[in-house]
Amino acid sequence: MSTESAPAPQSGTAEDVKQGPRIAVSALTTNLREYGLIIALIVIMLFFQYTTSGTLFKPVNLSNLVQQNSFIIVMALGMLLVIVAGYIDLSVGSVAGFIGALAAMMMVIWPLGIFSNPLVVSIVCLIVGALIGAAQGYWIAYHKIPSFIVTLAGMLIFRGICQALLGGGSSVGPLPDSFKALSSGFIPDVIGPLTLIPPTVNAAGKTIVGSGLTLHMTTIVLGLIAVLAYAYFGFRTRRKRERHGYEAEPFPLFVIKTLVGSALALFLVFQFASYRGLPVVLLVMGVLISLFVFVTKRMTIGRRIYAMGGNAKAAQLSGINTERLTLLVFINMGVLSALGGLIIAARLGQAVPAAGLGSELDVIAAVFIGGASAMGGVGQVIGAVVGGFIMGVMNNGMSIMGVNVDWQQVVKGLVLLGAVIFDVYNKNKA
Amino acid sequence: MASTILEMRDITKTFPGVKALSNVNLSVEEGEIHAIVGENGAGKSTLMKVLSGVYPSGTYDGQIIFRGQECNFKGIHDSEHIGIVIIHQELALVPMLSITENIFLGNEHASYGVIDWDANEARTAALLKKVGLNEDPKTLITNIGVGKQQLVEIAKALSKEVKLLILDEPTASLSEKDSQALLDLLLEFKRQGMTSILISHKLNEVNRVADKVTVIRDGRTIETLPRKDISEDRIITSMVGRSLDDRYPPREPQIGEVIFEVKDWSVYHPIHAERQVIKNVNLNVRKGEVVGIAGLMGAGRTEFAMSLFGRSYGRHITGEVSLHGKPLDLSSVSKAVENRIAYVTEDRKTYGLNLIDHIKHNVTLANLSGVSSRGVIDDMREMSVANDYRKKTNIRASSVYQLTGNLSGGNQQKVVLSKWLFADPEVLILDEPTRGIDVGAKYEIYTIIARLAAEGKAIIVISSEMPELLGITDRIYVMNEGRIVGEMAASDASQEKIMRAIVRGEGKKAS
Repeated sequence: MSTESAPAPQSGTAEDVKQGPRIAVSALTTNLREYGLIIALIVIMLFFQYTTSGTLFKPVNLSNLVQQNSFIIVMALGMLLVIVAGYIDLSVGSVAGFIGALAAMMMVIWPLGIFSNPLVVSIVCLIVGALIGAAQGYWIAYHKIPSFIVTLAGMLIFRGICQALLGGGSSVGPLPDSFKALSSGFIPDVIGPLTLIPPTVNAAGKTIVGSGLTLHMTTIVLGLIAVLAYAYFGFRTRRKRERHGYEAEPFPLFVIKTLVGSALALFLVFQFASYRGLPVVLLVMGVLISLFVFVTKRMTIGRRIYAMGGNAKAAQLSGINTERLTLLVFINMGVLSALGGLIIAARLGQAVPAAGLGSELDVIAAVFIGGASAMGGVGQVIGAVVGGFIMGVMNNGMSIMGVNVDWQQVVKGLVLLGAVIFDVYNKNKA
Repeated sequence: MASTILEMRDITKTFPGVKALSNVNLSVEEGEIHAIVGENGAGKSTLMKVLSGVYPSGTYDGQIIFRGQECNFKGIHDSEHIGIVIIHQELALVPMLSITENIFLGNEHASYGVIDWDANEARTAALLKKVGLNEDPKTLITNIGVGKQQLVEIAKALSKEVKLLILDEPTASLSEKDSQALLDLLLEFKRQGMTSILISHKLNEVNRVADKVTVIRDGRTIETLPRKDISEDRIITSMVGRSLDDRYPPREPQIGEVIFEVKDWSVYHPIHAERQVIKNVNLNVRKGEVVGIAGLMGAGRTEFAMSLFGRSYGRHITGEVSLHGKPLDLSSVSKAVENRIAYVTEDRKTYGLNLIDHIKHNVTLANLSGVSSRGVIDDMREMSVANDYRKKTNIRASSVYQLTGNLSGGNQQKVVLSKWLFADPEVLILDEPTRGIDVGAKYEIYTIIARLAAEGKAIIVISSEMPELLGITDRIYVMNEGRIVGEMAASDASQEKIMRAIVRGEGKKAS
């Protein structure tokens, strides 16, 4: 089974013969956690689908789910890198709140002329986020102040500035529609809708809302392209590995994985297409997730962050500038916190003093449910994203079921604890 | 004297997929020093974990009979309770607590939870006297050296009414002097009637103190040698299953011109700014030459190497470094690597490896640009590089996806070496390259060093083991108290000559 091309050393020949199946097994076990997490998400979704009598998977609810949780997931992408690098950031909720307030003031209150244009404001806000990240990261990276303390200070400071900016307890709004589209908008249907089942017309000659089936074709086409690309690149990587003589994973496993993944994706795409299409914020999120998967898995900077989190001294002695890397990780976090703040403000249509309050804990919980280690050096982007969705689906499902908000928190706490215990238990068994 | 204190019969321990021990027998007599030797991964530590109850009764097969009674330990507490105490290679002391607090940790003299510190300290003082450690019981562990910490561990064992003391590689990180003192202490305990088991790689130490030696190889007992049959060659033959006629690979040095030169290198302590740690060191290495730096622990050799390598140690560093006659900028690690200088650390776990990541990622870490373009890593290229070096340095692992934390010391060292070889250095500084690894792996490391020298690299080896320096280098510098106090060709160097240079250096300072 071994396809090793180079000659093996004499002493290792016996080992190498067994290497093929062993790699297959290790590919399965190392990915077990990732698969397990996705399976857990699916099980949780099916559970709520059942207990909410089918409401969860309704197209309109799926859109809501994405719009409610996107800011958590966007910030979790940055938090994953922070935690993998061996740090923590408690300030993200406050920074998001502050940026939302800043955006609202610039667009609604301050007389900035053309600079109150939503696009300009958004860019300025992202830059401010980067500066905040740099300011916090500077103390952590170059003065070795514990990140817990620096960002705890940041949490107080930016919540305070947020409230001061909004002038006490008041909220600022309404925000322009073009800005709100960031959260509540859908991508335009450039191809045009396709009516599969014409809507029912009642006696008065009016169509009944929700009847019939009209598909948002742009969404369908984008979804098909994405699924085909997923299968194509998966297959190409596999071929490349085989050409170089490395066994990737058993072919049946690969096929099953690709088919199940594609089927799930197509199902969700179909659900979105039968409502109003792909939410803009989902597109933004999808692009960011792909970007961060690429950065962490394929780019040298990603590799360096993992090495720094795994053993900072060894990384430094391997020529990695750990200080600059730390600064960059926090700048990245600042930008994503700012984006999170913009998404929150756009969804609410106004800036409120409590925007993003406590969300840092949801973000951190998502990353840990996703399998990151509190010691640093371990964690996957996909894990954090799925962790975020698990939290989101539970919020959403329990709300539909009418579970009291207090008890929702208890359940979320138990899930976080359970996920981490599962991890530690698995690690000790291995 | 002849009564058997411990007998382990047919111990078999399996982990998923691996048989770590198969039918191991060990018989220890009261009042003897019994050495256990074997290559890394032979099963010595597993056997001791079985004995001390780390692997509880029921997870292995076989019998343990201690002082005539069969034992079924559920945990370390059970074995300590009847007087079996193990001191692990990695010391288990809390650095920010005092000697007293550490010795009685979890075992304090107290009534109703209130600690009687005077009683504890008085007992500590008595124990410290027994082990010959002259320190205030209030001293924090972090403020005493490794040698003294080892003694504190032994004092802690004594406080538990130990009947059988097990020492796992006790001298691995001790200087020659501290090691000698520790061995003397063991002999002293023996005179008082205590039984000990000594696990060691250092055969000269075993030779010196052991009454019996049990050799373990591949999870099996090979043989137990009585005192009269103990000799280094005999043990080595038994350990590796073949005769290592020569412990150092043969090589024919092809020495060229001077390529690496350090002039007037001075370094001050990073915290105590007035203390000069390295004093005007001058040194050069020729192409294809292996240069050794000898010296006692604390002579400043590691500090010198790390201050050279991207100023990773010290302050107010002055001096000049040149490569091929051109001055070098080594002000950061990345510049040092760019200028093809590599430093292989003495402490691979703390400074060398990312233990929670696998071999592949560790091997390429110092030269990621070698497997990437525009910041994007080519997975296939990385894979073939990792496999290539795994073969070149003979890393024994199931695949390059094995975590480095699960490798034996020798294989970890090969991963660190691979990392630096892949960075393609011209000057390679190896700091204690064979510390804590077994004879077989040592030979492999020496072979790699010889091959690199033959390729024309300039190599500096820092080592506390003088026979090693004499065996593999061409020229030896002797360092003491941050100064070069001697330089000699390896061909006319000897352990005595090196020691004399060190002592003379100390004399010079006193006058």
